[in-house]
Amino acid sequence: MSDLETFRAETRAWLEANCPPEVRGPPASEDDSIWGGRRAVFKTPGHRLWLERMAARGWTAPEWPREYGGGGLSREEAKVLASELRRIKAQPALLSFGIWMLGPALLAFGTEAQKTRFLPEIVRGEIRWCQGYSEPGAGSDLAGLQTRAEDRGDHWTVNGQKIWTSYADKADWIFCLVRTDPDAPKHLGISFVLFDMATPGVTTRPITLISGKSPFCETFFDDVRVEKENLVGTLNRGWDVAKYLLAHERTMIGAMGEVGAGRPAGQVAVDHIGVDDRGRLDDQMLRARIAELDVDAIAFRAALERTGDQVKAGQAHPAVASLLKYYGSELNKRRHELVMAAGGADALEWEGERSHGGQSARDWLRTKANSIEGGTSEIQLNILAKHILKLPGA
Amino acid sequence: MPLILSEEQAMLAEAAGGFIAERGPISHLRHLRDTRDADGLSRDLWRDFGEMGLSGVIIPEVYGGSGLGAVEAGVVAEAIGRNLTPSPFLSSGLLAARALIDGGHEAQKADWMPRLAAGEAIIALAVDEGAKHRPDRIQTRAERAGNGYRISGTKALIVDGHIADALIVAARTDEGLGLFLVDPRADGVTVERTLMVDAHNAARIELSDVMVDADALLGAADGRLLDRVLLWGRGAVAAEMSGAAQGAFDQTLTYLRDRTQFGKAIGEFQALQHRAAHLYSEIEITRAIVLKALQALDAGADDADLLISVAKARAIRSGELAVQEAVQMHGGVGMTDEFDVGLYMKRMRVTSELFGDAGFHADRVARAGGY
Repeated sequence: MSDLETFRAETRAWLEANCPPEVRGPPASEDDSIWGGRRAVFKTPGHRLWLERMAARGWTAPEWPREYGGGGLSREEAKVLASELRRIKAQPALLSFGIWMLGPALLAFGTEAQKTRFLPEIVRGEIRWCQGYSEPGAGSDLAGLQTRAEDRGDHWTVNGQKIWTSYADKADWIFCLVRTDPDAPKHLGISFVLFDMATPGVTTRPITLISGKSPFCETFFDDVRVEKENLVGTLNRGWDVAKYLLAHERTMIGAMGEVGAGRPAGQVAVDHIGVDDRGRLDDQMLRARIAELDVDAIAFRAALERTGDQVKAGQAHPAVASLLKYYGSELNKRRHELVMAAGGADALEWEGERSHGGQSARDWLRTKANSIEGGTSEIQLNILAKHILKLPGA
Repeated sequence: MPLILSEEQAMLAEAAGGFIAERGPISHLRHLRDTRDADGLSRDLWRDFGEMGLSGVIIPEVYGGSGLGAVEAGVVAEAIGRNLTPSPFLSSGLLAARALIDGGHEAQKADWMPRLAAGEAIIALAVDEGAKHRPDRIQTRAERAGNGYRISGTKALIVDGHIADALIVAARTDEGLGLFLVDPRADGVTVERTLMVDAHNAARIELSDVMVDADALLGAADGRLLDRVLLWGRGAVAAEMSGAAQGAFDQTLTYLRDRTQFGKAIGEFQALQHRAAHLYSEIEITRAIVLKALQALDAGADDADLLISVAKARAIRSGELAVQEAVQMHGGVGMTDEFDVGLYMKRMRVTSELFGDAGFHADRVARAGGY
């Protein structure tokens, strides 16, 4: 047996013994999500156990170095782990902006002290992070942000406002872009800092979205004290960190539809519409549209895998994250349009047990943000035109 | 396995890409077309393919081939697509070779495969009969007769059919679908070359009580060999289309940078930048699934069949978009015969139909998904 086959066999056996039954199968609702943090909420004791067991092996961040609590797996081993998790339909042991976004930036730009302090608790899901990027006046033009940090000698004082801060009201810490040099050109006066959301002067206000839910907040900073040791990267060069992190965020958003996909649209359609005497969905036009979606979704999964392998082999263009973000988010919107069509009138309920609180409709509406958050589709296309296609004037 | 080319595969891609671009550029296709070449391709070039080890890329080394797999065949097909190179690679180097490797008797292998690998023989596969690829509705019959079979039927869209040294004919027997090795000079075989929109080779063939020996049947008459050959053919065509899409896109990008209107390069207009970036995304995603599907073929993976259908459907969709955007972004000159983008458009149309159109393959994806 090759090393990889041995690893697969051992992984399968370990998962069989350690993945609780409560976290197997598609999530019934958002309550299944494990976000960790100081105020962690677990749907069942099995959910808590799942996080603890996976975290103990570093498998919440399988490819991070062991010295920082990660799994230390090779790319190929991590693929095996992912496929074994898929095989038993295990839900993610931890959803985490720390793992998807901050961690990679810390690994690339953080000091040894920052890595040692923050990475292990991210792996264990002990601290929940939020992202302070967008502002009311700085959306697509993110580098125009105005939140400022004033040097007070041993610390900074931060004042300003962020918006669309995902789960700011539930987060313990924030990674935040602040202006540290108001006189420099806009990209060259920004720094990347970390601070505790419990610091005096931080307030959050959830924003109700068209889905009726409030995953995003307005976040206000009023004379917030930030320690100098919590600067990541070089002073006034936070844009480099921000862009690096954005590439990870974009890949994550692009992959979201594939990783978190619930019951496939084709199956939903069969459930609600039924099949004809040849076993085909009893709605030929819808069937064709769903098939086209599946074609694109399966191909897109291959693109995600290929990009990961290219990154590992040092063959990826940094801007390729924009491709994944653009395509994946548009694909996910299409998917949810079709899931709604597949559910028909059944998918229109907004409340009540039968519809799990209107989950289909709320999820559908939520996906409309996919092509806005983390940089709009139009911004991604701009980036591709400029950095990969090298079109003039882009 | 990482979803990127291995070092050896990347070297093959570079060697094959360079060779094919030099020896089989688009001007080569134009020359064959404009001189109404009787063969529709260059037999010299096919022999040079042999010398380069490209004709026999999947043929085992004992028969003079390179003994490589679907990914390597895809690498060659992609270079062919990019350069619109007429070549028997698909008909002979891939489809016929696959059928013989998996279904040939030892004598047939020894007879044909070294010649295929050397680029000295051409064998054509005859499957389709009507306007659409419907292998489950093949009407051509092979009846038991004496010591062999008597074959009758009509075949269409046979790539390289009019210059083939042998034919491999899909026909229905009492047991099931079989592939038969048929001599095109045998009594009852009528071959008609059909001049196609893309100036690549195709033929119609009439078989009227054609007698063959029992050992003309390759493998068993249970349809499985045909399925397998088609799977490889679809994978190679998808790779070729992916190369053609890239070729059309590269020319379009150059045009966007060079053509000026309103005092600036048209590539500066955001209306075109976004469409170009979208097209780039489509082409890259297709490239990923094509490689994934070919790797699955090589690995004998359970989902190879599904992935190949996804790859072919994607190659068609992104290929069609690539050539339509190519012509539109070139404007008036895109409509002229002088520019190459029209040639890409024509080739894309033909390869879209070869071995199943987008609907055919999407339907297979739907069935695999249980809806």
